Amino acid sequence: MEYEPVIGLEVHAQLLTASKIFCGCSTEFGAIPNSHTCPVCLGMPGVLPVLNKKVVEYALKMALATHCTINETSNFARKNYFYPDLPKGYQISQYAQPLAEHGKVEIEVNGGKKVIGITRIHMEEDAGKLIHDEYNPASYVDLNRAGVPLIEIVSEPDIRSAEEAGAYLKRLHEILVYMEICDGNMEEGSFRCDANISLRPKWETAFGTRTELKNMNSFRNIQRALEYEIKRQRYVLENGGSVAQETRLWDDAQGVTNPMRGKEEAHDYRYFPDPDLVSLTVDELWLEEIKRSLPELPLKKRERFVRDYQIPAYDAGVLTSSRALADYFEAVAKLSGKPKAASNWVMVDILKFLNDDKREIKDCPILPESLAQLITLIDAGAISGKMAKDVIVEMYETGKSPKAIIEEKGMVQIADEETLKKVISSVIGANPQQLSQFLAGKDKLFGYFVGQVMKATQGKANPQLVNELLKKMLAET
Amino acid sequence: MKITKEEVEYVAHLARLEFTETEKVRLTTQLNDILMYMDKLNRVNTTGVEPMSHAIALINAFRQDVVWESLDHELSMANAPETKGQSFKVPKIID
Ligand SMILES: [Zn+2]
Repeated sequence: MEYEPVIGLEVHAQLLTASKIFCGCSTEFGAIPNSHTCPVCLGMPGVLPVLNKKVVEYALKMALATHCTINETSNFARKNYFYPDLPKGYQISQYAQPLAEHGKVEIEVNGGKKVIGITRIHMEEDAGKLIHDEYNPASYVDLNRAGVPLIEIVSEPDIRSAEEAGAYLKRLHEILVYMEICDGNMEEGSFRCDANISLRPKWETAFGTRTELKNMNSFRNIQRALEYEIKRQRYVLENGGSVAQETRLWDDAQGVTNPMRGKEEAHDYRYFPDPDLVSLTVDELWLEEIKRSLPELPLKKRERFVRDYQIPAYDAGVLTSSRALADYFEAVAKLSGKPKAASNWVMVDILKFLNDDKREIKDCPILPESLAQLITLIDAGAISGKMAKDVIVEMYETGKSPKAIIEEKGMVQIADEETLKKVISSVIGANPQQLSQFLAGKDKLFGYFVGQVMKATQGKANPQLVNELLKKMLAET
Repeated sequence: MKITKEEVEYVAHLARLEFTETEKVRLTTQLNDILMYMDKLNRVNTTGVEPMSHAIALINAFRQDVVWESLDHELSMANAPETKGQSFKVPKIID
């Protein structure tokens, strides 16, 4: 029987605010355990959480970028459960009235486009971090992360393969990082994903029993976990069994999912409105302000690059993979007035340098102004494309401008007709044998003469001009 | 009866509370009384009245995104029954 996977994803993204969602403790990662805590985030009785306005602004940005409907009024609720990383015994989240609902993102798989619905986006606080002792029956709690702002982005069960899941997550990640509201670091847990997955016969419309997958901390692991789970559920179903509704953890080393053991039970969170936090109202004026502050999103930028700069869709995709790279390319394109050349130099040379050194574009020693200057120099015939390849290596190593390097190395191209004519006539004079063969019709010897001229000028002759003059002068002999 | 003893036991378990049999019976009666009173409130005609989640008519109480000084580490840990290094120590919750 043919089965179809039905996948829905829950993404938790940490927001890049300086302070926590309900108190002024720092959100900085990697501080001494429990050094960023206060009575509010430690869950002391009698304290009052107050909402960080920037959290709302960032959450609104994501909601708008994913075409959600913003609820004019939303509320915070308490999600009650006991766990050592949750000091209050409840997590402040949004439940009945989330900030935003009914959004969508467009993904591309196998060259086709598909829309994945977003059920809701809401704000909540992160829990602390638990470290389990390998040798003793103890766990250690660090509450620095408790109260760090999160948005949870819940997708509709629209995803039909591990590949689509990967494309959807990459799209969300790209948007969050582009808007600079999340650093997207999956290893540090700034971008986390849980998956709900079930299988159903291809013709069936009702959903099968689902499992929830957790503990996947990279795009690759999420795809691997989903692929494994699709296989596992298919095996269970094909052998007449039924899938148990349970939470399963991805085991990266073994490449399998296992049922979560321990005290986790059927959840009954007894949500209720948090009386400490008043309603949140977002009016048109505020929304307009947020809309105006949105940067151009990657998909739009990609389309614009293809349209305005006439570069292939693939190149536009690479160049817009990060906002910094896109800005770099655009600066070079504008300064040089040669977008195609700019695209080539960035795609081929700059990205190779950075890749070899595991560097980011913001740390590139070649400034856009310098690269634009190089392109202008080639265009003006001051140096050849071949010379430019040497110059750019030097630029990357020293950070010097192309003009400075060309002068230093005496690399300036010989584009003076009289000088070149002299060189050409001496080359012709020195090769009488080749000349007579050429005149007898052996056309390909033309290349030989070009080579001799380049050799005589140590590669500095403007090749176009050499071609032109050589043709003329050989015809005249 | 609006609520059974079993439901009281279930809610008590979720709240990690332990009660004696006598307490359970008493709590069942008390919770019942509260729910009966809710029934009375439910009879009030609330057509056209928006549900509210707070007693005060205040909206949008914000703080700006400014970092304040956190508690002194020693103070943060002061109530901990057990600590290890700079962390709270708790019984292991997964095996
Ligand atoms: Zn705090």
